[in-house]
Amino acid sequence: MLNTITTATGPTPDAGPMRTHPARIIAIKEEAYAIATYEIEFEDPALKEAYQFKAGQFNMLYLPGIGEAPISMSSDPATPQVIGHTIRYAGNLTRAISRLQVGDVIGVRGPYGSAWPLEQIEGDDLCIVTGGIGLAPLRPVIYHVLRHRERYGRVFLLYGARTPDDMLYEDEFESWKQQGIQLYLTVDRADPSWRGHVGVVPMLFYLLRLDPKKTTVLTCGPEIMIHFVIYEAMARRIPKERIYVSMERNMKCGVGICGHCQFGPHFVCKEGPVFPYAAIEPFFGVEDF
Amino acid sequence: MPEFTPNIGAFVSIQKSDLQRVLEALKQAGFTLIGPTVDESAIVYGEIDGIDDLPIGWTDRQEPASYRIVRRQDEAFFGYTVGPHSWKKFLFPPKQRLFRVEKKNGSFQVVDEEEPAPRFAFIGVRGCELQAIHIQDRVFLGGPYQDPNYKARRQQVFVLAVNCTEPGGTCFCASLGTGPQVGSGFDIALTELDDTFIVEVGSEVGATMMRNVPWRPTSAFELQQAREALATAVKAMGRQLDTSDLPDLLYNNLEHERWNQVAARCLSCANCTMVCPTCFCNDVLEVSDLKGEQFERVRVWDSCFSIEFSHVHGGNIRPHTRARYRQWLTHKFASWIDQFGILGCVGCGRCITWCPVGIDVTEEIDAIRGEV
Repeated sequence: MLNTITTATGPTPDAGPMRTHPARIIAIKEEAYAIATYEIEFEDPALKEAYQFKAGQFNMLYLPGIGEAPISMSSDPATPQVIGHTIRYAGNLTRAISRLQVGDVIGVRGPYGSAWPLEQIEGDDLCIVTGGIGLAPLRPVIYHVLRHRERYGRVFLLYGARTPDDMLYEDEFESWKQQGIQLYLTVDRADPSWRGHVGVVPMLFYLLRLDPKKTTVLTCGPEIMIHFVIYEAMARRIPKERIYVSMERNMKCGVGICGHCQFGPHFVCKEGPVFPYAAIEPFFGVEDF
Repeated sequence: MPEFTPNIGAFVSIQKSDLQRVLEALKQAGFTLIGPTVDESAIVYGEIDGIDDLPIGWTDRQEPASYRIVRRQDEAFFGYTVGPHSWKKFLFPPKQRLFRVEKKNGSFQVVDEEEPAPRFAFIGVRGCELQAIHIQDRVFLGGPYQDPNYKARRQQVFVLAVNCTEPGGTCFCASLGTGPQVGSGFDIALTELDDTFIVEVGSEVGATMMRNVPWRPTSAFELQQAREALATAVKAMGRQLDTSDLPDLLYNNLEHERWNQVAARCLSCANCTMVCPTCFCNDVLEVSDLKGEQFERVRVWDSCFSIEFSHVHGGNIRPHTRARYRQWLTHKFASWIDQFGILGCVGCGRCITWCPVGIDVTEEIDAIRGEV
């Protein structure tokens, strides 16, 4: 419905929310086989200054001629001028990223999505349960907790990888432990040097004595792992409102208009990726949904 | 000819051939006319020059998996039902460059589009279609992020709507309350009688476009004729849908046996999503020149029926037709309500007509309800 015809030609649309911004790689750290952490900073000084993100959110990374992919931040949200992304080389874009070097430029837009509820869960015991590269979007939580250790109760990190060589951030484990994070590690397949647990991540729950009244579970990893993490947590009477899940779906736009990441009523890119389990329970585990 | 234009909200009557004067006024104001026209044995939407391009004297016959145009006994201007096209292809084009990227000094630069968005006048928008536009408004403009391409086109669209007195065999807008009478949001709405158009003026600009048109106040008899034509249309509608227990009906039946049965028929061809006036799923492609220096980000329509749609590393979330059909139907009739506060279907019947195997959404929902 038109009340006026304002101009002869009308507006010219700009790139809008899809605009990507050049950012330079300032460090690359090999983490495990086909996994590395890229530290990047925006070329535009104003953007570098203004950019902030919350633990659990993601950026859309872009390479000219290749395309885009959603990757969560794995670095400390308190120092957002340098953004860390831990990337597993799995698809077109991430394989192309694997060929980049320090000084190369990638496109970044974001941050997108929901975050781990760090303020809401202050005072709680935290049980962080992750598998594989699922640790990456939870490392910002660990950094936040370490910065504000007094705001949280006991903190458990349950982490599993395929083999000891696939463990991410191993060089930080000692420091995390010293600052009061209780680490429980497991692998699917041990090697001769491994002295820890062998088996799936949810089994690590049996090593803990959790207080269901004050424990919050934060989990990210393969969906089948999450399924059993929820099972173990609920078996310990942790309410589903205090189990937070980071979901993975195909995300193309990051802003809720492309439709790919739909999960029932939710757009995972917009209302997720972090959901309280209570919000997704009716649909979680429905096959092929 | 009256010296003044009709008031907003007024009903006036004009001679049918004088619609040409409205179209001329729109062209003079800089609008590109988009309207129904006969092309490749269908009534489609394309650029038109005047009333001569309209499908005057044509109608269509629609049934599941069947569409035919046939001559009418009369010379009605809008005596057909909606065809395979919808207005979404003009507000949300099937293929559209969002911006360009140029490599430069070891970095790259985003180059915005320079062309202003086209200014369209849509001629002959039905009630169901106007509702479809309102639904896409919520998708592209209602969230925290607004789509600038959609916005630039949408905010300057002129809508010449038509009350639908010619429902088709696959229509069920009356069940959803989206037609046959047009709702709000038009600039001009026509009701077609034998020799006359009743014109309802909906906006300032709509009134302005009437300035060269001889009009007279609509008589009570004509208004009665219009009401009767709409009432007849409601009764003539080929299909109906009980929406009473949506969305829970679908959410509570995600493992219903009917999904297997419909999956055995569904070709997963995506026709329904292409003809649907509300389906908005899209992808952005990276198009490179041969040197690898210039790139375009090109948005294209996508469909939840394509195998890659739900791809994540390691596989597809919805690998089978059963899962994809279930996604589409539950999105339209259940999760859309949660997402946008409104049903995702307008009852236009296109998905039924253009489904190659004639799958009928109203029948599928009835079956899940246990009424087939």
